[in-house]
Amino acid sequence: MSELYELGVAEAGELLAKKEISSVELTKAVIDRYHAKNPEIGAYLTFDEEGALADAKAADEVRAACPESDYALLGVPVAIKDLINVKGQPCTCASKILRGYVSPYDATVIKNLKSHGVVCAGRVNMDEFAMGSSTENSGLGVTRNPYDTERVPGGSSGGSAAAVGGNLCIAALGTDTGGSIRQPASFCNCVGLKPSYGRVSRYGVTAFASSLDQVGPMTKSVKDAAILLQALAGKDPMDGTTPDECVPDYVAALEGASMKGVKLGLPKEYFDVKGIDPEVKRITEEAVKKCEAAGAELVEVSLPHTEYAMAVYYIVAPAEASANLARFDGVRYGHRSERSDSVFNLYARSRAEGFGPEVKRRIIMGTYVLSSGYYDAYYGRAQKVRTLIRRDFDEAFRKVDALLTPVAPTPAFRLGEVQDPLTMYLNDLFTIPSALSGNCAASVPAGFTADTKLPVGVQFIGGCYREATLLRICRAFELVRS
Amino acid sequence: MKIDVAYVAELARLELTDEEKALFQGQLESIVGYVDKISEVDVEGVEPTMHGRRLVNAFREDEVRPSMDRELALANAPARTETDFKLPKIVEDAES
Repeated sequence: MSELYELGVAEAGELLAKKEISSVELTKAVIDRYHAKNPEIGAYLTFDEEGALADAKAADEVRAACPESDYALLGVPVAIKDLINVKGQPCTCASKILRGYVSPYDATVIKNLKSHGVVCAGRVNMDEFAMGSSTENSGLGVTRNPYDTERVPGGSSGGSAAAVGGNLCIAALGTDTGGSIRQPASFCNCVGLKPSYGRVSRYGVTAFASSLDQVGPMTKSVKDAAILLQALAGKDPMDGTTPDECVPDYVAALEGASMKGVKLGLPKEYFDVKGIDPEVKRITEEAVKKCEAAGAELVEVSLPHTEYAMAVYYIVAPAEASANLARFDGVRYGHRSERSDSVFNLYARSRAEGFGPEVKRRIIMGTYVLSSGYYDAYYGRAQKVRTLIRRDFDEAFRKVDALLTPVAPTPAFRLGEVQDPLTMYLNDLFTIPSALSGNCAASVPAGFTADTKLPVGVQFIGGCYREATLLRICRAFELVRS
Repeated sequence: MKIDVAYVAELARLELTDEEKALFQGQLESIVGYVDKISEVDVEGVEPTMHGRRLVNAFREDEVRPSMDRELALANAPARTETDFKLPKIVEDAES
């Protein structure tokens, strides 16, 4: 058998059910792997080993007391992105401003996972407050790509992706605002699912851009993503944006998955793009051919407002971030400047000392576009263009079951290679439009670059709240690929 | 497009060094130059999208419920008294 830390959620669940392994053994294997590999990869910021082992022991006891029940996640360790609150654990958002912060409560997603007996493994690194595409904006540490440690893991959920891709955990939670689950999943050879907006509660997840943020699974297989989404999804009275929309059986939806008769849309705006890496282009085109050979019907579609999505996003996201990050003022929690002789200076200096450069840049950008005289031209207008982008998707989904596109224009780039903020933003070219429209979308591993042997994923975009269909198509692709 | 970075930073309650102001000046002007692209789009009569999906208001009864324990809420405070968050003086002493 392979090493225990290499297991995914479904495989681990089976071995646990058959009593071939215990949760304590599995959790210990993950902790040992953490000690062996984390100094090199830097996926985790902290790991509460005692707490995880105590949770694992409790899970084993539940199973022993009631062995016949069906437990998909009982005793499975899951790494948590460092902006999701787990009671009693640090939650720093990889920011110096929150150093030493200890969560006083559980996020709803954590409550949900705990109710399924999940073991909360360590806290994984990210771009500070989820702002970035390489995890290089972390204020607390460097994360390296497990496939080439000179390269970035992507971001902002880079710690989650490196932990899954480097087998430092069984699965992880990430968050996606403009591509922060999907792009690192592509860079680190994981499955990364961004659910439809509202499918998963945001309560207890530190807000970046509230109209875009979603929590989602980052896993070693499509089935693992389905199992986790099942536990995460649903209405939450603490988050008014979670609708009364039924949660189907996502795992059952994967049974008999096939490309036969699937209508796959190829948005032309995603294929004739300047600056797309030739290997990414090749791998995406091969994925399209494989789907067609397996029986998918290819449909060319157009999303005419795609070219405006980046601009809309870099108005909407910083605007919302500037408002959300106003809470970090040195009053109730987080860093307080010692040079705070007045209340104004307490705010301005605590924030100056606590935030990193990208966060400051976005706060300034967001404050600017919301400031008097500019609101209508920027935020107001961007919200209208966003409607047009959403309509493009609604129109496309009248004709197709899913869209197939690249995830990011390049494979993982070198640490320090991208310096200019605007160039870095272009990483999210293919993931931003579906974030703005609220559709669900996933990155699924598709292949490796020829010379550098770097993983590359493809993106499947699904209709809003059509995660069951999306996951089924992703599973079919997984089968076609292997 | 000229952005008054110092003024915007003040609005954002964010102290910036002169180096940061100079750096952000150029970077923000290039980002704003890029996002100005949306001015090309005809949005006449288009409703704005506030969220990923159209939503209805989520109402609930306005009832008193227990909230977070005071000690827990104060546990992360950078400065506190027995029962409250502690801040520098906000209001000047009234002349008597």
